[in-house]
Amino acid sequence: MLGEDLNVKKTHTINRRMFIIAAAKFFVFSGIIVKLFSLQIKENKKYLTLSDKNRLREWKLPPVRGEFLDYFGNVIAGNLKVYQLHIIPEQVEDFRYLMVRLKEILKLSNSAYNKIIKQKQTQKPWETLIVSENLTWDEFTKVNYFLHDLTGAKPVLSVSRDYPFKENYTHVLGYVSEASENDILNNKSIKKNHVPGLKVGKTGLEKRFEGDLIGTNSIQRYEVNAYGKRINQIDHKDGLKGKTIRLTLDTEVQKLCNELLKDLAGSISVMDIYTGEIIAMHSSPSFDPNLFLFGIGQDDWQLIRNNPLKPLVNKTLSGLYSPGSTIKPIVALSALENNIISKDFKVNCTGKIEMYGQTYHCWKKKGHGYVNLKSAMKQSCDTYFYEIARRLGVDRLKLTSLKFGLGKKVLSKTFDNEKKGLVPDTKWKKNNLGKGWVIGETLITGIGQGYIQTTPLQLCLMTAQIGNGGFKIYPKIIANNEDNNTAEKIKSLMQKNLKKATEKNSSLMEAGGQLLELISEKRHEPLFQNPENIKLVTEAMFASTNEVRGTSYSSRIEDKKYQFAGKTGTSQVKRISERDRELDLKTIEIPYNERDHALYIAFGPYKSPRYALSIVIEHGGSGSTTAAPIAKKLFKLIIDRHKLREEIKNQESLKI
Amino acid sequence: MEYNSFNTQSSFIQKVKNFDYILLTCILMLGIISAFSMYSTDGGEILFHSKSHISKFLIFFPTMIFLSFLNIKFWHYTAYFFYIIILIFLIWASLYGVKASGSQRWINLYFINLQPSELMKIAIIACLAKYYHRVQLDKVNSFQTILIALVVLILPIMLVISQPDLGTSILIALSGLVIIWLAGLNVKYFLYSFLTLLTLLPFFISFLKPYQKLRILTFLDPDKDPLGAGYQIIQSKIAVGSGGLMGKGFLKGTQSYLEFLPEKHTDFIFTLFAEEHGFVGALLLLLIYIIIIYRVIRIGSISRSYFAKLFCYGYGSAIFFYVTVNMSMVLGLLPIVGSPLPIMSYGGSSMLSTMIGFAIVMSAKINHKQLIA
Repeated sequence: MLGEDLNVKKTHTINRRMFIIAAAKFFVFSGIIVKLFSLQIKENKKYLTLSDKNRLREWKLPPVRGEFLDYFGNVIAGNLKVYQLHIIPEQVEDFRYLMVRLKEILKLSNSAYNKIIKQKQTQKPWETLIVSENLTWDEFTKVNYFLHDLTGAKPVLSVSRDYPFKENYTHVLGYVSEASENDILNNKSIKKNHVPGLKVGKTGLEKRFEGDLIGTNSIQRYEVNAYGKRINQIDHKDGLKGKTIRLTLDTEVQKLCNELLKDLAGSISVMDIYTGEIIAMHSSPSFDPNLFLFGIGQDDWQLIRNNPLKPLVNKTLSGLYSPGSTIKPIVALSALENNIISKDFKVNCTGKIEMYGQTYHCWKKKGHGYVNLKSAMKQSCDTYFYEIARRLGVDRLKLTSLKFGLGKKVLSKTFDNEKKGLVPDTKWKKNNLGKGWVIGETLITGIGQGYIQTTPLQLCLMTAQIGNGGFKIYPKIIANNEDNNTAEKIKSLMQKNLKKATEKNSSLMEAGGQLLELISEKRHEPLFQNPENIKLVTEAMFASTNEVRGTSYSSRIEDKKYQFAGKTGTSQVKRISERDRELDLKTIEIPYNERDHALYIAFGPYKSPRYALSIVIEHGGSGSTTAAPIAKKLFKLIIDRHKLREEIKNQESLKI
Repeated sequence: MEYNSFNTQSSFIQKVKNFDYILLTCILMLGIISAFSMYSTDGGEILFHSKSHISKFLIFFPTMIFLSFLNIKFWHYTAYFFYIIILIFLIWASLYGVKASGSQRWINLYFINLQPSELMKIAIIACLAKYYHRVQLDKVNSFQTILIALVVLILPIMLVISQPDLGTSILIALSGLVIIWLAGLNVKYFLYSFLTLLTLLPFFISFLKPYQKLRILTFLDPDKDPLGAGYQIIQSKIAVGSGGLMGKGFLKGTQSYLEFLPEKHTDFIFTLFAEEHGFVGALLLLLIYIIIIYRVIRIGSISRSYFAKLFCYGYGSAIFFYVTVNMSMVLGLLPIVGSPLPIMSYGGSSMLSTMIGFAIVMSAKINHKQLIA
């Protein structure tokens, strides 16, 4: 009986305790369900994203770079199809073997081989490793022939930069080369679109417009497994090609410039004197930018770097030269504008003048005799300009020089290597050299020597603004859509501005309304007080080229269609000692580095001017013998191309 | 007594009629689900794991039905013997066992590599059930009774821990403790030992292997080393979480087929299932397990013998532990300790052990009126 009772109690105990466990189970299961709910329902989005991040990987393909066109739509920096050899390391079974085989087949040098091995270690195993960027057709077929033995190697067709006109556009366009770490850090659009082997602009316009040119990556999305192996392609998004940029340059003129400067160090700039379009801009010697595309070889690089004529310097923009006599039109204009002289003012040139204990020589030892403005300019009489500079003073000269474009960047921010040049005044010397201005320095500034320094492009702009009758223009090298006023429109705007200016002079007290209008139309405003003064200067320049005894008379063109007006310049790079003067050596007899720079500025056709140019030949001797003859050859082509240029202006298809 | 003898002599048909068909159906469903899951871990092909798993189920499921026809008395009679054999196996394994991935758990029986620790999960329940079947309620709390029970429990635990296999030893310990608890051991002993354990915890931790310590640290902060120790649990949570309400679809679990999920055919099979079939699927699977546990415990409640009652209660609770420890682990609620999900996970010994357990339960059902002296 007792046993029965105990047994019942035992059963009861077991059942009761089982019930307690069952209750506990209920809570544990609830806990698991709650956790499942929170993971799968509440945080589903978060984990779905994480799971996609696990499985999807994007591959960026190199973007297609925008092209550069010349004014006529010819491609001057394009994209060329190239054969390349890629490897994706994670898809290669035996990397060493593959590389050794490739080394044999492509005859890779040891350094190239090591470079690839090193590159492999710096990148992720699923990123493309570029073995060769530019296979020849022979190499390409050879690789394809051995492909069965080269698992993991991928011969591909890709695009690469191509400069069809080789050295002709080097200094304008610059060149592209593989992006460096700095490029990636400093440029957001490079960072965004970077893929191994991407080429980016290193200098010139290629660099300046990188953001527009680069385009966007095509993107391939793959599903990958935990080991990074591609399982299948999810989608493909085509990138956008970079923007095409059309320049104002004319390839034919550019090519002629290159030819004319062959074997010389120097620069030529040609500009439309109304629209400010730069027709040609060349610096010599140049080099072939295609050399840089796939990494320039040591030999080529040394050849360029060690060339004494400095092909790496863009002389048009960063070459600083004393303008020499090419400054004389501005000195004359400044003197006229400030009513220092009249057109009949005369100076007696005896070949030299003594002033303040110093002797100042005219280039012509025997002297020019009595000269007025026109004959002084025509024969480039230094004595005349010493005298008027002395009367004018350097500070007033500076104001005029600045107005006409000296002492500041012509293309402002377009080129990062453009120099400002220097137009000195008394204040400048005090602030920078800590000394007072000496009057003798004014005299030599009057013949474009001394502190004054200009770039060839500044001289071109100055000439253009004299040639168009003295109105401000806005130089440009990009032919864009906005701001494409035709020369005719600009001409009429200039006339309107002139009329207003004279009216303003005659009735200074007139209502403020008109004044406001004047301010709002502050484009192509006159840079002078009296149009007569400009006319005097341009006539003098005409005489210099087209009248007997003019310094560039031998380079004249008599055909009215091509006839131009110009001014020679010969700028000393070294102080001429008394001994030099006595020796009177020929250019050829002086060491190269001590020879004078030869300069020439001109505008034409004289009857109805349209183009201006500046020519600088480093250590070329005198302006009249070296620089001016180049202008003669150039003007014919420039004028002949004019009609074509006008026609192309109206073509819709080129408006990009 | 009349009743009793009538029952023992019941016909074959009678026995078949007495099967628990709900339980049987649930086990079969699990078998089918596990076959499909294994097919999915093989990437939608019948490869090694699915082939092996399916054939094991096809062998062990009928074996379970066959063993069910044995009288519960047989199991009661052989319980100690069963326990001792497995204990010997465990000793054998620790001496001459097959080593794999850093632990020595298996013995080579020529036709199969057996993991005796898995079978011990059943043997410990059977052994203690038999032990307490005999013990009178007033003797349960006597020193001698407690000591013998503890020795029986601690021996296999020590052997399994030394393999090392923390997960299985914990499950063995839990299964044994459940029987001791059900037998009526005073609550205060549990309370005291729990408090002692708590105070001795730092001491035990110092005995843990470095990788086990790492697992605990990882559990506490899996993001500390997401590509190393925390990788498994992070990837498992991503897989479960990304499954959402309805799942990514059969064979479409990206975490699984793209190999982000580790050990997906063993311990992490639930993760794969939850990824492919979502919250709904996971709940359904959980429901099957809950029904199984419920049925097993219900059979215990109608059993007349203490052995059958204790075994069923104990085994029902053990399944509960297996399932919850495994799921909590893959959901990040517990540290990663190796513990398979019954029938779903790949592994012959685990399935054999589970099936023997079900066979005993089924036998208890068929003979629920049977009294054992």
